Amino acid sequence: MRPFDYLRPDDVATAVRAVADDPDARFLAGGTNLVDHLKLGVARPGLLVDVRGLPLHDVEVADVGGGTVLRVGANVRNSDLAAHPVVRREFPAVARALVSAASAQIRHQATTGGNLLQRTRCVYFQDVSTPCNKREPGSGCSAVEGFARYNAVLGASPECVTVHPSDLAVALAAVDASVVTDGPAGERRLPVAELHRLPGDAPEKDTVLEHGELITAVELPASPVAQRSTYYKARDRASYAFALASVAAGLELDGDVVRDVRIVWGGVAHKPWRALRAEEALRGERFSEEAVLAAADAELEQAETSPGTAFKVPMVRGATALVLGRLAGGGR
Amino acid sequence: MSDEPQQRPTRPIDVRSVGREHVRVDGRAKVTGTAPYAVEHDLGELLGRELPLLHLWLVTSRIAKGRIESVDASRALAHPGVVHVVDHTNAPRLQGDDEPELLVLQTPRVSFRNEIVAVVAAESLEAAREGAALVDVTYAEEPFSAELTDSTPTYKPDSVNPSMPTDTEEGDVDAAIAAAEVLVEETYRTPFEHNNPMEPHAAMAVWEDDPGGGSRLTMYDSTQGVHGVRSAFAPMLGLEPEQVRVLAPNVGGGFGSKGVPHAPEMAVALTARALPGRAVKLAVTRQQMFSLTGYRTATFSHFRLGADDEGRLQALEHRVVEQTSRLKEYAEQTASPTRMMYAGPNRRTSHRLAMLDVAVPSWMRAPGEMPGAYAQEVAIDDLAVRCGLDPVTLRERNEPEIDPDTGKPFHDRRLVECLRRGAERFGWADRPSEPRSRQEGEWWVGTGVAASSYPMMAMPGNTCRVEALHGGRLAVSIGAVDIGTGAWTVLTQIAADALGCPTEAVVLRIGDSDLPSASVAGGSSGTSSWGSAIVAAAQAFREEHGEAPEVGAVTTAAAEENPEKERYAMHSFGAVFAEARVHRWTGEVRVPRLLGVYSVGRVVNPTTARSQLLGGLTMGLSAALFEEGWRDPRFGHTVTQDLATYHVAAHADVQRLEAEWLDEADTVATPMGSRGIGEIGIVGSPAAVVNAVFHATGVRVRDLPVTPDKLVGQL
Repeated sequence: MRPFDYLRPDDVATAVRAVADDPDARFLAGGTNLVDHLKLGVARPGLLVDVRGLPLHDVEVADVGGGTVLRVGANVRNSDLAAHPVVRREFPAVARALVSAASAQIRHQATTGGNLLQRTRCVYFQDVSTPCNKREPGSGCSAVEGFARYNAVLGASPECVTVHPSDLAVALAAVDASVVTDGPAGERRLPVAELHRLPGDAPEKDTVLEHGELITAVELPASPVAQRSTYYKARDRASYAFALASVAAGLELDGDVVRDVRIVWGGVAHKPWRALRAEEALRGERFSEEAVLAAADAELEQAETSPGTAFKVPMVRGATALVLGRLAGGGR
Repeated sequence: MSDEPQQRPTRPIDVRSVGREHVRVDGRAKVTGTAPYAVEHDLGELLGRELPLLHLWLVTSRIAKGRIESVDASRALAHPGVVHVVDHTNAPRLQGDDEPELLVLQTPRVSFRNEIVAVVAAESLEAAREGAALVDVTYAEEPFSAELTDSTPTYKPDSVNPSMPTDTEEGDVDAAIAAAEVLVEETYRTPFEHNNPMEPHAAMAVWEDDPGGGSRLTMYDSTQGVHGVRSAFAPMLGLEPEQVRVLAPNVGGGFGSKGVPHAPEMAVALTARALPGRAVKLAVTRQQMFSLTGYRTATFSHFRLGADDEGRLQALEHRVVEQTSRLKEYAEQTASPTRMMYAGPNRRTSHRLAMLDVAVPSWMRAPGEMPGAYAQEVAIDDLAVRCGLDPVTLRERNEPEIDPDTGKPFHDRRLVECLRRGAERFGWADRPSEPRSRQEGEWWVGTGVAASSYPMMAMPGNTCRVEALHGGRLAVSIGAVDIGTGAWTVLTQIAADALGCPTEAVVLRIGDSDLPSASVAGGSSGTSSWGSAIVAAAQAFREEHGEAPEVGAVTTAAAEENPEKERYAMHSFGAVFAEARVHRWTGEVRVPRLLGVYSVGRVVNPTTARSQLLGGLTMGLSAALFEEGWRDPRFGHTVTQDLATYHVAAHADVQRLEAEWLDEADTVATPMGSRGIGEIGIVGSPAAVVNAVFHATGVRVRDLPVTPDKLVGQL
């Protein structure tokens, strides 16, 4: 790998400045993805700014804008967050998404902020001998007509058909979580659902963050849909595999009528896919399996599939029925 | 003191340790991480002198076919720590042309994508890796073909692995098919599968030029056969076998991929040759393993089975289409199990190969048997469904009286016993006969069965030396290799029983080509082949030196071939039972139960044998549900080239997994009574799982692996 400089500052401002001032610099968190990229030649930074020395390790209940949120520091490990009693009780989808991801060893190493900023596992992105617009803008997309199993069926572009691999991001989007960032332009908050972007003609950009902008925390507002939420990940093997399709959902019922619902899909798009049409179709309706399937179908009208990805439509449809059926039945 | 090997007959041993559980003699070193693997050794310590150490990194081709136009190593050599770059323009010359795969860096020709085109030697691993990224290679690319489809042109190889007839034919298959009351005519496919031992292919070597003339290559290698590496490498390097020493005291798995040396090991030897007096070491990356260390070809098995209305087979036809590489032919013997498994007067098998511009395929656990038995055992299940027969009954009904392939009697064919015992253990009698009969919550549940077999193999060329040491201990030496199977332990047990001494008195020496010659740890032949030589030497030693030998008393012997063996067809057999659950909404498949019952002769050590059989079953489960190398025909290489995208079974996939065996001893096969167990576990198990998925869902998938996408939407 290319030799690089290494900094481990202990305050956020120094870290942000170090990366913002150097176009060749990258933040390093748990390293479970970036270190692979260094070895594979996918990333060749000149400076790594290790953020694990920053004081972003706490989970605390905080008041933000008049509401109560669970504020999770960006350095909180995936394994610790999954085990946190408030997360397990108030945000079960988040706890489930975390434990369904990677392996125990990786969850001990990976952080909350880093998880959201992991990059696609598209085989062509990770193989520097093949063209990839995300890795090398303008070189072409090898996945469009190549290995398709993990390609997107929603929101893809001719420039990039890959999906975002995070389970956590899907669950956070379903509980209306926000990320808090600090950057050269100061602090800002944005919904997790708006953090990642569709590829369009700039697939090299995974998120809306600017260079040098650092996720410092994630905020999870308590709500009825968050409390009655869960996550299901459909995959080849029973553990240690990325989602073929996943569903994070929350459900608030009034009798058997859907008062509120959140449906977010993973493994199908370049970002966690909030199924707004499906939610809209269900809200105010009497809950039934048929209604859920019809709602999923309404969302999936936008799907564009290839022979290699066609299976994702019935899979995400079925997983949606499964998840909402479990929630309606009182299970998680 | 005589060191000349004598060929001698063996007597069955009196078993005392053999047949009993014995803790792995290397277990403590393995679990405490103190057992050194290939690149963890210290060659300087071995040779008793200071040796500077260099790390190697491979540069691999970016084209699938063509010529290297130029290699510019200037940027690499300018990188701090990089010492040398070997490419085809400056590499030492190799001799002979029998082993094209091993003719590394000899010509500008590129025969497949990711072929080795240069080797970078540096003072650190990181510098070597960065150096490799900085070597600039330009190519003149040529059109190539890397895709195996139904329309890819094929040819008929002269024979199939290891030296079997390509085609066989008996009776009139077409007439019998035309007259059959029940017919199965289907194609069963297996994908590219890649051996992924935990320890990658790795080697460390030093080349030393003796001031008095003569040279010597000393090499730690992660290999299944030290003598095989020596005999392949010595002539190519212009050396006598005695000038090459290959050591492999511990090997972290091989599964056939280390059965013959591959290009990376020669790249190490060649770089050592270019940098005499310096130790060089290389561990290939996981990604490189998908191109440089062998793999199992994809197979298309076109099956026709014709039966009467009671399920008795009248015709069996198994036509195989698979692929090989243009650089070196390897013909997987996929139809071999069809030749011997079931009765039927009219039978035909054939193998055809597509020659592609791709990486060189090679042995992967149970070559031929695994993909062939997959196809056959799913076809038999298809036939059972069409006959309305229980699949166990159908198999019993088609038991042959003699081996249909050779016409010889089977020595000890106990398939039916395995099937019956497995059926009883598994609760088969309660199975609903109709598929898609049982739903539990969100899951469809079903069960399946398949038969398995593996030929009894013993290799020639094994010699053992027994020598009396101080303190009543006996050194037993043979160049066998323990690739994680338990050879250190079982050979100690065999030696102890053959010598009539406790295992503590045996000092076993293996894993070194300076020891007496040994064959490869492959073909489930290791324990049989090495063990027979150990028994021959031990029995000769006692005859020559008695029960109280003088220190230094030594005997070297090899086992004479047992003449009885020629009279029989000798195979091991097994029956595998699986339960599968298929998620009604997502098509995900889980296997809560997998049971194998085996007839494998005497089990030398139940502890290590169970690991072998459970490992084989796990690998079969993995092949059934997950494993698939996806080759991109536009580039020519497998793009699912890491363990995140090439899925093997994880712990959570392996639930209730059981293996057991019949209590037996086959002293016709070997003086230990054993027949070999390394491979049979992966045979049949994929079909059992696939048949269980059909029984659960009523959806028949014939192409491995049975991933959720092939089921979802049909449930």
